[in-house]
Amino acid sequence: MDRRSKLPLPLVRVLRWAAFVGILLLVPVVFGGNQYYMYLASLMCVHTIVIMGLNLTLGYTGQISLGHAAFMAIGAYTVALMTLAGYSFWLALPLGALISFFGGLVLGLPSLRVKHHYLALVTLGFGTVVYLLLANEHEITGGFSGLAGIPRPSFFGVSLASPVAFYLLTAGILTVMTALLLWILNSHWGRAFKAIRENDVRAEMVGVSLLAYQLLAFAIGAAYAGIGGGLIAPLIRYVDPTAFPVHESFWFLIMLIIGGSGRFEGPFIGVIAVTLLPELLRGVQQMFFVIFAAITLLLLVFWPTGLAGLYDAFFRRVLKRTPPQLTK
Amino acid sequence: MNPILEIKGLRKKYYELEALGGVDFDVREGEILGLIGPNGSGKTTLFDCVTGIQKATAGEVRFLGRRISGLKPHSIYRSGIGRTFQLVQLFPGMTVLDNMIMAVQESEGTILSRLFRRDERHHIEKAIGLLEFLNILRLKDQVAKCLSYGQQKLLDLGMVLMSDPRLIMLDEPMAGVNATLGREIGERLVELNRKGCSFLVIEHNMRMVMNLCTRIVVLDHGKKIAEGAPAEIQKNQQVLTAYFGG
Repeated sequence: MDRRSKLPLPLVRVLRWAAFVGILLLVPVVFGGNQYYMYLASLMCVHTIVIMGLNLTLGYTGQISLGHAAFMAIGAYTVALMTLAGYSFWLALPLGALISFFGGLVLGLPSLRVKHHYLALVTLGFGTVVYLLLANEHEITGGFSGLAGIPRPSFFGVSLASPVAFYLLTAGILTVMTALLLWILNSHWGRAFKAIRENDVRAEMVGVSLLAYQLLAFAIGAAYAGIGGGLIAPLIRYVDPTAFPVHESFWFLIMLIIGGSGRFEGPFIGVIAVTLLPELLRGVQQMFFVIFAAITLLLLVFWPTGLAGLYDAFFRRVLKRTPPQLTK
Repeated sequence: MNPILEIKGLRKKYYELEALGGVDFDVREGEILGLIGPNGSGKTTLFDCVTGIQKATAGEVRFLGRRISGLKPHSIYRSGIGRTFQLVQLFPGMTVLDNMIMAVQESEGTILSRLFRRDERHHIEKAIGLLEFLNILRLKDQVAKCLSYGQQKLLDLGMVLMSDPRLIMLDEPMAGVNATLGREIGERLVELNRKGCSFLVIEHNMRMVMNLCTRIVVLDHGKKIAEGAPAEIQKNQQVLTAYFGG
């Protein structure tokens, strides 16, 4: 029997948002402002933003991208270079996202002619090129010495330098980016993105411009990575190319797959699982990667819809209810 | 009757294989034109070339007097040509209603305006009306992949009707459906034709073709071998040879 909520939909939405923001606000209280846990929580917010972008590109529109670390690097270096030069973080962050957006458009225009593993290779190549540029353009990027002393921003005169304050900044931006993505996915764009993923031939035959929408999904995904990068620079206060290696993009992909690609909750679940797992498996030390790889493989083979799929199954089979959907 | 679709010298080559060898014919306004021929005669390739799914090697296609050859499929769709496919092509993970709305949402406004448009009550009302017409309204909240093949065929047709196309191209609408449903689809087509919709139909069910179509074009090995009224085509020796050998 399908026992749907009796509450009106606007109230359900308000309650969901209140719960989401409440959980984010509870984190510093639960961990007592502990510096390490605040750093970890901020990093999780950053990764969630990046993987939300990847989810739009891969999960919703079906285009694989292994260049997300490179777009993140573009955002990080933009913020690092601008804030070190004395410009405001609040100017540098959107600019980093904008440059990543246009980077996504420039990369997408020629590379979206190919699909699947060919597209994966093109984006992988892009990631390598960006990495090499960052490593070799010493005069601008500092090469492997990196850029140190990146300042943390202030908000209307209030310094966000403390771990708790900076966590609240990343959590606030995560909330804004979550709302923005929900808005996009619930618009006609969202339906067109899903239509392309479901059946690109039919999508074209119902008037969807494949190139326009694929470019948009690719570029918006890149902009999300740019925002993530723009936050990681003041979080670590240091950037160098080794923070954005090619294999970082694989990690993002793994986090998305574990969480549930094409599901709105996927990035959140994936980031929590992949960040907390090393903490839980700390006792096994070097065996961590073996256990992690085994869990990933098992999940891919037996539950390709990721942990979000397990959550769905729990609702359907155990609670006998339709799982709540955040997007249409 | 004025030609709504003009096909002139349409050729399609796959390396050395000539799938279409210079085909010419028109679809006239308000008619149901049948396109028949043995398997591999180039019917679906012709559909693909007209709708932009495949690029023709040579020739010209005009729709309502405007050249459409070389245009992208989405532009051709927006110009007023809808089509179904031999194997049903839906958005399997989306609901029946979302499939229907998806078929029309791109026909209005600019890409930017679609980010801000929320109100789609008129699309929903239209979709419900069409689903009722096709007798699958009860399935509107079902995911498309859960429908039976016949129901998917009806949804496919419903999606085409959502955008009020001037010309509907149907690729084997009766294939894989039972006789009752086939008759139902046929009745729907006649009803739509009475309302002014023109059709180009590929079909192997000869009884249906002969009853439904006002004219028939026959292809064989990528070439047009006959064109005329159903009664003429039935007696055409070249057509009989193409189908039965001799």
